[in-house]
Amino acid sequence: MSTGAVGRAYPRLEGREKVTGTARYAVEYPVDGITYGWAVPSAVVRGRITRVDTTQALASPGVLAVVHHGNAPRLAPGPEPELWLLQEPAVHYRGQYVAVVVATSLEAAREGARLVRIDYDAGPHSTVLTDDHPGLYQPDHVNPSYPTDTAEGDFDAGYAAAPVRVDVTYRTPAYHNNPMEPHATTAQWRDGRLLVHDSNQGATSVRATLAELFEVPPESVRVVAQHVGGGFGSKGYAKAAVVLTALAARHVDRPVKLALTRQQIFGPIGYRTPTIQRVRLAADADGRLTAICHDAISQTSTIREFAEQTAVYTRSMYAAPHRRTTHRLVRLDVPTPFWMRAPGECPGAYALESAMDELALAVGIDPVELRIRNDTEVDPDQGRPFTSRNLVACLREGAQRFGWTDRDPTPRARRDGRWLIGTGMAGSSYPARARPSSARATARPDGSFLVQINATDIGTGARTAIWQVAADALGVPPERVEIHIGDTALPTAPLAGGSMGTASWSWAVIRAAQTLREKLQDLPGGVPADDVSADADTTDEVGGQPTLPRYAYGAQFAEVRVDADTGEVRLNRMLGVFAAGRVVNPTTARSQLIGGMTMGLSMALHEEGLLDERYGDWVNHDLATYHITGCADVESVEAYWLDEHDDELNPAGVKGIGEIGIVGAAAAIANAVHHATGVRVRDLPIRLDKLVGTSSLA
Amino acid sequence: MQGGGENATTTDERHSSRVTFEVNGSSREVTLDNRTTLLDALREHLDLTGAKKGCDHGQCGSCTVLLDGRRVKSCLVFAVTLEGRSVVSVEGLAGPDELSPLQAAFIAHDAFQCGYCTPGQLCSARGMLDEVARGWPSAVTDDLSAPAELTDAEIRERMAGNLCRCAAYPHIVAAVRETAAAS
Amino acid sequence: MRAFRYHRPADVADAVAVLAAEPQAAYLGGGTNLVDLMKLGVQRPDVLVDVTRLPLDTVEEAPDGGLRIGATVRNSDLAAHPTVRRDYPVLARALLAAASGQLRNMATTGGNLLQRTRCVYFQDTGKACNKREPGSGCAALHGQNRDLAVLDWSEQCVATHPSDLAVALTALDTVVEVHEPDGPRDVPITALYRSPGTHPERETTLARGTLITAVRLPPLPAARRSTYVKVRDRASFAFAVGSVAAVLDLDGDVVRDVRLAYGAVAHRPWRAYRAEEALRGRPFSPELAARAADAELAEARPLRHNGFKVPLTRAITVRALSELASS
Repeated sequence: MSTGAVGRAYPRLEGREKVTGTARYAVEYPVDGITYGWAVPSAVVRGRITRVDTTQALASPGVLAVVHHGNAPRLAPGPEPELWLLQEPAVHYRGQYVAVVVATSLEAAREGARLVRIDYDAGPHSTVLTDDHPGLYQPDHVNPSYPTDTAEGDFDAGYAAAPVRVDVTYRTPAYHNNPMEPHATTAQWRDGRLLVHDSNQGATSVRATLAELFEVPPESVRVVAQHVGGGFGSKGYAKAAVVLTALAARHVDRPVKLALTRQQIFGPIGYRTPTIQRVRLAADADGRLTAICHDAISQTSTIREFAEQTAVYTRSMYAAPHRRTTHRLVRLDVPTPFWMRAPGECPGAYALESAMDELALAVGIDPVELRIRNDTEVDPDQGRPFTSRNLVACLREGAQRFGWTDRDPTPRARRDGRWLIGTGMAGSSYPARARPSSARATARPDGSFLVQINATDIGTGARTAIWQVAADALGVPPERVEIHIGDTALPTAPLAGGSMGTASWSWAVIRAAQTLREKLQDLPGGVPADDVSADADTTDEVGGQPTLPRYAYGAQFAEVRVDADTGEVRLNRMLGVFAAGRVVNPTTARSQLIGGMTMGLSMALHEEGLLDERYGDWVNHDLATYHITGCADVESVEAYWLDEHDDELNPAGVKGIGEIGIVGAAAAIANAVHHATGVRVRDLPIRLDKLVGTSSLA
Repeated sequence: MQGGGENATTTDERHSSRVTFEVNGSSREVTLDNRTTLLDALREHLDLTGAKKGCDHGQCGSCTVLLDGRRVKSCLVFAVTLEGRSVVSVEGLAGPDELSPLQAAFIAHDAFQCGYCTPGQLCSARGMLDEVARGWPSAVTDDLSAPAELTDAEIRERMAGNLCRCAAYPHIVAAVRETAAAS
Repeated sequence: MRAFRYHRPADVADAVAVLAAEPQAAYLGGGTNLVDLMKLGVQRPDVLVDVTRLPLDTVEEAPDGGLRIGATVRNSDLAAHPTVRRDYPVLARALLAAASGQLRNMATTGGNLLQRTRCVYFQDTGKACNKREPGSGCAALHGQNRDLAVLDWSEQCVATHPSDLAVALTALDTVVEVHEPDGPRDVPITALYRSPGTHPERETTLARGTLITAVRLPPLPAARRSTYVKVRDRASFAFAVGSVAAVLDLDGDVVRDVRLAYGAVAHRPWRAYRAEEALRGRPFSPELAARAADAELAEARPLRHNGFKVPLTRAITVRALSELASS
């Protein structure tokens, strides 16, 4: 049935709109009578608001209202305490939005927000994660629903008995998602119905949350997200912006647009938790792992538990008879951490793949070979065979493409003028999952088709990929297919996240297309004037799928140079090879993988949220002081993939590529820095202050 | 007081100004709060939402436009200063019927993903290529007295003021390189 | 941001008169720092005097061989100027290492010199800062101070000056031409900036309302052999964590003259007189350069997070001078 759209490199469908500036994002729709909201963050960490003085703000020209807990429309206390905003005087973390100023211009709103006077009763607070924090506890499960701890065999005995052991602790700082478009919403209430244009990764769940909070039927809420300026997890569910905007719009009874400022999104919309990870590896003299233990510590807030699944990566990656993983958490007076590109796998792989590098040196085996020796066809965690596992193929192809083969493992052995050169590598994996979705396919009399699904394109190329899948499923050239996404008026669909989007959406689209084709076969007279449609809902089919270990794999390689005098680290090149099932669109897939790898570079060398314990927030809360990787840092990043077929995934045969690019990337770079310098930096990011003046560089 | 309209202000006469400047080839006269930045004038008063607000502090480049032919960050320019000057935003890059070579190259090379930084990247690249044509050196130019040669390292350095969290950087560099080579 | 009146002065005298009459007025140059700080609420002028259309935008070669650079000459134009590129590479390099192409197109020469520290506590009105709010304390002293000063700081302020241009101009013994309410005056750049002391809110020696009209580079043939080395946390578009402006004049292998200035280490661009003294008259070697840097940095008092700046500044001193010596 394939006409071959899947697998071909199409440019993005919305490319023209994006390069001409006509693609509209959440606060870019012209709306009559629009007003502007500006959020006011709390100035204390923990405490209670004792007084809100709005006199000055309201006297400021253009200010219409100050919405705060004393006057805000009521929200239903729901399962999402973080979104129960402006409802109570309690402050749970610094930066919590405690008021919204609404004004007739942006300028007036900003000044109005400055003029709101809020008094607090502040209490003591704890905001710094330590490995001996008295509040450490064992959560019931980790994100999203993994067991907290696992154990097979007898780790302690296995570890003690091994001839080669590595016991190392790695630390990662808070990382902030920083999509280029800060969280933003336009909200309009009309006759009890709410229309929002919102920047999110999944409008279906945002609608559900809004309906619940505002106690209106879901049919009364419409959420539109046509174009979204990135999310990387931070827009996975309804976030503060959409709730604040809808509250403000209801309060002033006028449409409101509100964009959080860059400074305001460092924390309250989620971030990657700092981690402290102890990894212990034991191996025999041939490098075969005999014992693995990964103990991960991370933080959550006092209002909601989010437990990063940091050590989950270690459960399935490499085989060993004695295994243990644990997660411990501390409730701090901080915003709740949340998803950031490959939550769990990303920081976990940094630690495990770094420790594997340390083990390779300890046992005297090439790091690629060490991973090949510890490959497994059976998931050590579930005890079942992987549906497909092409880690070794990725390692071999990556090593060949990168030119790894003749590598001298000796640290600090290569030099080019003032630059020390080193190479490093890491394995990578990410689970391949799918969620239930619905979709509608419609045939029109003119021979064209319309496919509708409330998927979201946050820059992944989802719109284009679904269009390609739909064309093949309908058996027509893609030019005859029109695709509508990004609107709750369309059939419901899961969010763009967890590398599940394409798998989930295409499943429903394929089923809808199949049903439509059957219908059309029964219509020998052709498509009637009022069209023919078919709906699909994959809830039963996805739910009925057997639970099997399904994973994408990859191998990451990096070459860095380190200035022998200053300790500056630069990436010469980075190369990844991935096995991620079928690749729908090579153009957008490559961009996704390169983007993930580069975010891993950013994690390894540049990003760090610097928290000031006294104030309880990240002091470097802007893009001048919180560095993300820029154009000049990326000299060469290449992504390749294997041709992989796995019939136990989903009808489109895809594994998802949004996240695997970042998994292992930081470890490959950290390992390369060690190879270049002989210095093992175990706390990210690896900045020059950790390398300058170290004796081995002299 | 009215919000949102082309001539709306939220302050009194002393704190607002009538200003006339050219936008994408057309003369525009607007009365604006003196606090209104060029970026907000475009987005909130002229319905030109191509220029993006990524940080509002000159730290990301998403708001880049051309001012009298030079690339600038429109979030740090008060519109009141623009009397008689000329602005080109991303909406003004394309011809009436077809995309500019740079825009076409961005699509062909997949030089963007979410698209939010893209208008700024395009305006920045346009301005940057003109700077190269004028012989301006950059931080990575070895010989300050020689004419600038547009290597990949030069493109990367000269485009460093435009952040892209999706990290389309290699493709941005490729699109700029191709456009420069063709012109 | 507070509402403000906007004034486009007819000439320099008019501009200075408005500042003299309006206690909360401020000059607006390229806006790259002032607009930023106004949005943050750190600066709240009620009148902006836009000096960018004053006729201060030319670069003129002085009869004595020096260069006079108007205060509103944009950083990008100055960096691209053929004379600057040929005779003062340290200046061109410092400009090109700063900010981004867009910001260099906006930023003016005068404004660049008067930009404010990027200390994160100064920029956040929710935190204590004596520079922003005298008497409120210095949160940076015992806070996140990796980017801050190692030399000449006080208990009241540990901020650094962020400009690259100012470091190069300091090495070049630049004279700053200013127009004060009383009239024009020349200020050597080494006398322009203040140490933080007990009044970090006072950053320069200029009277309030003074307008910088030009900077004058004295003739310095040796500056043809000069450079600027800047180290930052990413490859480009970042403030310095260490920088050095260097001019080296060798007679054979003996240092006839040398000018050195450091960035990112102090409240002001740091002229490294002691290092210069240690170099002058001696045969150049990288070891000598390292000893010279040590002499300059002997009084460094690193804060909790910025001890690395001492070896870093030493390393780039050696690199900059060694490159010049072998060029």
